[in-house]
Amino acid sequence: MDMVQAVQRHFGHVGNDAVQALAKALGIHAVEIEDMVSFYAFFDREPRGRNRIRLSKTPISLMKGASEVAQAFEQAAGLSLGGTSQDGAFTIEWTSDIGMADQEPAALVNGMVLTSLTPADVPGIVAALRTSGDKGGLPPYPQHAAQAAMLPKAMVRPSLVQPGPLLSGPHGLAGGLKAALARPPEKVIEEISNSRLRGRGGAGFPTGLKWRLTRKAAGEEHYVICNADEGEPGTFKDRMLLSQFPGLVFDGMTIAGYALGARHGIVYLRGEYAYLWDALQQVLKTRRALGLLGANICGRDGFDFDIRIQLGAGAYICGEESALIESLEGKRGAPRDRPPFPTERGYLQQPSAVDNVETFVCAARIMEEGAAWFSGFGTKESAGTKLMSVSGDCAKPGVYEVPFGITVNELLDLAGAQDTAYVQVSGPSGQSVAPKDFGRRIAYEDLSTGGSTMIFGKGRDVLAIVLQFAGFFVDESCGWCTPCRVGTTLLEQAMEKVVAGRATLADLARMEELANTVMRMSRCGLGQTAPNPILSTMRNFPGLYEERLAPVAFTPRVTLHDALREAVAVQGREPVTEES
Amino acid sequence: MDAPTVRFTIDGIEVDAAPGQSVLEACDAAGIYIPRLCYHPDLGPSGNCRVCTCKINGRNSAACVTPAAHGMVIENDTPQLTGDRRAVIEMLFVEGNHPCPYCVASGDCELQALGYRLGMVAPVQPYQWRSQPIDATHPDIYLDRDRCILCSRCIRASRKADGKTVFGFEGRGIAMRLNVDAEGGLGETQMAAIDKAARVCPVACIVVKRDSYKIPDGSRRFDTAPIGSDIEAKRKGRAP
Repeated sequence: MDMVQAVQRHFGHVGNDAVQALAKALGIHAVEIEDMVSFYAFFDREPRGRNRIRLSKTPISLMKGASEVAQAFEQAAGLSLGGTSQDGAFTIEWTSDIGMADQEPAALVNGMVLTSLTPADVPGIVAALRTSGDKGGLPPYPQHAAQAAMLPKAMVRPSLVQPGPLLSGPHGLAGGLKAALARPPEKVIEEISNSRLRGRGGAGFPTGLKWRLTRKAAGEEHYVICNADEGEPGTFKDRMLLSQFPGLVFDGMTIAGYALGARHGIVYLRGEYAYLWDALQQVLKTRRALGLLGANICGRDGFDFDIRIQLGAGAYICGEESALIESLEGKRGAPRDRPPFPTERGYLQQPSAVDNVETFVCAARIMEEGAAWFSGFGTKESAGTKLMSVSGDCAKPGVYEVPFGITVNELLDLAGAQDTAYVQVSGPSGQSVAPKDFGRRIAYEDLSTGGSTMIFGKGRDVLAIVLQFAGFFVDESCGWCTPCRVGTTLLEQAMEKVVAGRATLADLARMEELANTVMRMSRCGLGQTAPNPILSTMRNFPGLYEERLAPVAFTPRVTLHDALREAVAVQGREPVTEES
Repeated sequence: MDAPTVRFTIDGIEVDAAPGQSVLEACDAAGIYIPRLCYHPDLGPSGNCRVCTCKINGRNSAACVTPAAHGMVIENDTPQLTGDRRAVIEMLFVEGNHPCPYCVASGDCELQALGYRLGMVAPVQPYQWRSQPIDATHPDIYLDRDRCILCSRCIRASRKADGKTVFGFEGRGIAMRLNVDAEGGLGETQMAAIDKAARVCPVACIVVKRDSYKIPDGSRRFDTAPIGSDIEAKRKGRAP
């Protein structure tokens, strides 16, 4: 992975020569390199523009004017979206959510993040990039501060709006780690189990149990892996933690290392967050200097543990733990079939505990304050607090730390949302919650969530949002299994027909049937949840679908215009219709 | 004595499994057919097609990659699973171009045979009209990617049985396609017509030239008996 990243950075693409050279160096076949390179959105097989501009495409960014920003870029750079300008200076394209939902429209420019863009900012950005390009070659990547300073809006606002017990109050440097080291590893796991901490990525697996299984599993090495591939649209709390509380994250990982008997920790950082690279490396360096990483940590003989960061390259699926592990191993990020689970055979076939960024932060704070303190917050099934990434139609988007058990209504009030038409809880793979259900609670036993909370006010086109989510899953399906690879595409096409007002009642029934098949037959969570936006809005907003129905028994999917497109292209003229 | 360590039930029938067997292998040995497509007995499983999905202990899992475990309760031949499997087969039919009536593999094609067995009449989903160039660079084999169902059999066979790694995937999602280990096409690879990889394609994506009509239409494998009959025959033979 790092070798391909380096090639991409240096040459701007991974060409055939590079593939051959890599294959030779690694002693594998070119087809295996191509397999991996062609999988990731941030690797190119063909040369593209010197400046890569990727605009975040999400319902939130589109609501906040991303289309207008895109048009401005097209105009300023003289190209159309998806293309490369003739002078080779720019390539501009859409990309999936880049984790900036509270400050959209946002874009990645050569790995740097620009936020809160308006069309008026665009000429300045393009001009600044042209100048830097003239000075020679590719701009540095990841971001150099000086480079970023030249660009307007190259700033990510700190996203934490409301801290709770987890993130406020005094927590000293490595307080949790020192507390953990004061007891045997088994007791650390016991404390985590007693706290009833569950995975914060959304699945909610008990962390103590995961650690115990991993510790128990036999292997030459054990690995602690931090899942920082925060790809679920609308979530950005891990980005907030990594930029504002990296010490707590690394503390939690080191505690896990101690508890599991692991010597290696790996942070899998999504490619979109490359801009955090320098800062995180600096924190790691400081921790090594302080004896919080490396050999004999905190003076404990024989406790050796270090952390490295692996940068991803644009693939939502790598947030799935087994796909993440495949990607760590330098392969395409296709999920594995389980069993065996990663706790038994994970990274390099060794026992591995893969936990969310927030989970590690919780673990660090639990060691510091005790299990009873932690489980004092929240509900019976869901101990502690949850970081909610709130975005969309509200006065104060950002990260809120709230106790589990809070209702959707209470969260909406906190964020200053009014006249809310619906809330997408836990991202497109989660649920569309209608106003009648705003009394439901955020908790594993009710609305289980990784934290993404997208608020849509009255007047938003719900079905257009559903279509956008459908497109997201088409882009991000890994392609390994049939139901997800083909099914997501068919669902998007079915939804297009609905939004265009051409679907009939029979089409709706067929779409629902297809959605259920995709949900039941797909290999991993991506395909199993991809139909959720369609199914949950069909259930919660049947009226919206009925309003768009075509008042006939059958319409073909293809319009006359589409059917004749090739002929029109060949003949160079539009067909003459009978009316004209 | 000699009590089997692993015994499970599938559609109410008790099956004994040898240690290390998958659900699908154990059922094959017992003469119970679970529809499947990407699985091949000579190659390790890879779980691409999902046709062999069964309800195992209440959860859908692919039988080819699920190790048989003692006490499992499995549903296989149910209307819902058959419907879902048919839908998956249909997805493959509309994803690629599969003109059965004039296809060289007709009667010998596992996709076609599954369509018949699972009761697919005609696809109700829209065709995607894939159009990729045919690779005719090899003197003995041609490659028609429009018929590829991305089952990964050739990839596995070439890597493990042939030791050549001629094939691999490229791209992701709906754009994923079969790739070969040479810029200039199959003819520049190590591929030979006697390779395992040339003999495992369930459809007519990889076709060995001058070999296709030795058995005429109408008397091929699935012209005479539905797919899965060979497996089911084992059970019938043993039945009391």
